[in-house]
Amino acid sequence: MATETHDTASACVDSFGGAIGMPQLCGEWFGNQIFWLLVTLVVIFFVLSRIALPRIASILAERQGSITNDLAAAEDLKAKAVEAEEAYNKALADARAEAQNIVAQAKADIQGELDEAIAKADAEIAAKSAESEKAIAEIRASALDSVKVVAKDTAKEVVSMMGGKADAKSVTAAVTARMKG
Amino acid sequence: MATESEKGTELVFHPMDQFIVKPLFGDGAVGLFTVTNVTLWMAITVLCIVALLVLGTSGRSVVPSRIQSIAELCYGFIRKMVEDVASKEALPYFPYIMTLFIFIVFSNFLGLLPGAFTTTSHIAVTAVMAMAVFLAVTILGFVKNGMGFLSLFWISAAPLPLRPILALIEVISYFVRPVSHSIRLAGNMMAGHAVIKVFAAFAPMILIGWIGILVTPLSIIAITAIYALEVLVAFIQAYVFTILTCVYLKDALHPHH
Repeated sequence: MATETHDTASACVDSFGGAIGMPQLCGEWFGNQIFWLLVTLVVIFFVLSRIALPRIASILAERQGSITNDLAAAEDLKAKAVEAEEAYNKALADARAEAQNIVAQAKADIQGELDEAIAKADAEIAAKSAESEKAIAEIRASALDSVKVVAKDTAKEVVSMMGGKADAKSVTAAVTARMKG
Repeated sequence: MATESEKGTELVFHPMDQFIVKPLFGDGAVGLFTVTNVTLWMAITVLCIVALLVLGTSGRSVVPSRIQSIAELCYGFIRKMVEDVASKEALPYFPYIMTLFIFIVFSNFLGLLPGAFTTTSHIAVTAVMAMAVFLAVTILGFVKNGMGFLSLFWISAAPLPLRPILALIEVISYFVRPVSHSIRLAGNMMAGHAVIKVFAAFAPMILIGWIGILVTPLSIIAITAIYALEVLVAFIQAYVFTILTCVYLKDALHPHH
């Protein structure tokens, strides 16, 4: 560390620029060090208290604020999601019930229509069969009449062929009595 | 001290020369306002602090850059220390404590650069800071508590006959505070740097004799080891100075044990 400061006017440095004793205890340097230290500390203090510390404090506060906000927003969104899920489930259940109703309604309607159609068909069938019976009765009656006429005619013919004189009235009465018998 | 005469052929020990205060321009005497190496290194300290705490935080980003997170770390570290050690009422004094810490920690680390001048290795520097803390804390104690501040020395937990003796001890220890406070820092810084220099003086042994084959590597390893230790000490001493300041501040604000 020897330097060129050979003629330093100091009691703390020898003629070769080396330290005599501890430089820390050299009184003639104290003033200089203290002066510059005070200047330095004052400068640092003003830089810190005017610029650096408020700025860092505001940055930290801002970060804290945004974290809190984000957490609150997340909480909100979570609640909304739960709400939405509930609404969805409710809508689903409603839709299901509605569908059930519609199905039941449709079933009832179809049943009604079916019953009506069956009743109508039954009625028609009944009417048709009554008609048919009537027709059959008519036919039977007319057949009976025809049989009577045929029987009378046949009886007259038979009587006349046998040589008897056929009394129309008595033949008819006899045939009628026979047919009843 | 060793002489200059035959450089290179004999060991030269100048472990204390690194602490010499000299004018930056010219060879004159060191006056009160002379621009010296002290001025230079304190200015560098200020520039580094500005770079870290002002330029580093100029982004004001919510997601911090690396430098900004270091600045925030420093802020949070000291603020929490003040709050934890010296209570919440001490927070108005946080900028003062931060000033001390950041100055000491930067001076200590800058002093570790090869060829640097370590301002905090000088008792004149640390004593001014320690005395400032001592006076500020004492005045604050009396302003805040009036004569009640004296109860700091009157330990009511002790038996009555012991109290005067304890009070005497407490008073002595109270006045020794600035001495220990300042010498602890300056002494630690000076000792480490001087030891590195002593080992460094052994390093050129290999140019002098065969024993140097053994001594030179050893001294280089020793320099490395001490340097690592000094990196640790540089931070720890800044931390210790700051936390003691907080402890003294707590005594001033809450003198009752």
